[in-house]
Amino acid sequence: MASLKELKGRINSVKSTRKITKAKQMVAAAKLRKAQAAAESARAYAERLAGVMASLSGKVAGQANAPLLMRGTGADNRHLLVVANSDKGLAGAFNSNIVRAALLKAHELEAAGNSVEFYLIGRKGRPVIRRAFPEQITAQFDTSEIRNPGFAEAERIADELVAMYEAGRFDVAHLFFSRFRSALVQEPTVQQIIPVPAPTVAPVAGSADAVVEYEPGEEEILAELLPRYLKTRIFGALLENAASEQGASMTAMDNATRNAGDLINSLTIQYNRSRQAAITTELIEIIAGAEAL
Amino acid sequence: MPLHFELVTPAKLVRSEEVHMVVVPGTEGEFGVLEGHAPFMSTIRDGAVQVFRTEGATPELIQVRGGFAEVGDKGLTVLAEHVED
Repeated sequence: MASLKELKGRINSVKSTRKITKAKQMVAAAKLRKAQAAAESARAYAERLAGVMASLSGKVAGQANAPLLMRGTGADNRHLLVVANSDKGLAGAFNSNIVRAALLKAHELEAAGNSVEFYLIGRKGRPVIRRAFPEQITAQFDTSEIRNPGFAEAERIADELVAMYEAGRFDVAHLFFSRFRSALVQEPTVQQIIPVPAPTVAPVAGSADAVVEYEPGEEEILAELLPRYLKTRIFGALLENAASEQGASMTAMDNATRNAGDLINSLTIQYNRSRQAAITTELIEIIAGAEAL
Repeated sequence: MPLHFELVTPAKLVRSEEVHMVVVPGTEGEFGVLEGHAPFMSTIRDGAVQVFRTEGATPELIQVRGGFAEVGDKGLTVLAEHVED
């Protein structure tokens, strides 16, 4: 049985832990709102661009002179896995879920005889991936200085990826991130980003039947738009990831706060019991002493 | 007749309003868009989009970088990567 002083110490330490988790939960709730708003306002651009891409790619797809980013290198042996993580913990299974999805895919690809490399965004996934694939982390994009993912970051990542692609370093790239469903549910998701898959949304209304003029030609526009579309996809993924992180963090911290409360209650009961036991023992001793006289 | 003009960046919807005419700096030369323009798509070179709220008004200049313009029956949509307000 722990002494009264020890119990008191434990209760106090759990109380201060609860303060921390509570604070983190409230911070996450506030940040979640912001991240959701950011994801919301990015949607307009992404949707319009996807619409334009859909109507254009339908015309150019399958042609031999389609841009490299769209038709691919013709092989699919070398895969690049782009894994978007966060830099901070305290978010439950958020990071490990993404990493697990990535590792699963990596093993699957290796079993099928392909080579796999990793491009990491954020710092949290690195140790786990390095343990499983020590030699295959090609590059890492450092986000530790960035508080909110902006388009500039997505641009830098996309530029790096395109440069690597054009240098012939890989054939196919997949992007791993967490899709934000709600504060409670975040789905680890994988998307193929290179070669750019044709968007499946319906083409922009009005352009389907009407004859659209292109300036310069369709292929030139497509070549110009593909890198931009890639940036938008990465940007969208970063925003979803940010929202998911805050959502996961909020849920995890809510659970932690509640657990700490339960723990405090049971420790307090234990503390009061032992205190009463001590008082009773003392009283018995006094009474026994008085009777002996 | 007003032209519906939208200017969108990845971060937000910058403009969505009814205007008289917009002059867009296309890669192959500037072009003005009025209401009822034929469907048209063009890339944009970095420069200023001129927005005429009414006929003959002084144009409002919006600097855009990395842009793309699309004219459909819903009006003119300019997608730009960066906009300097």
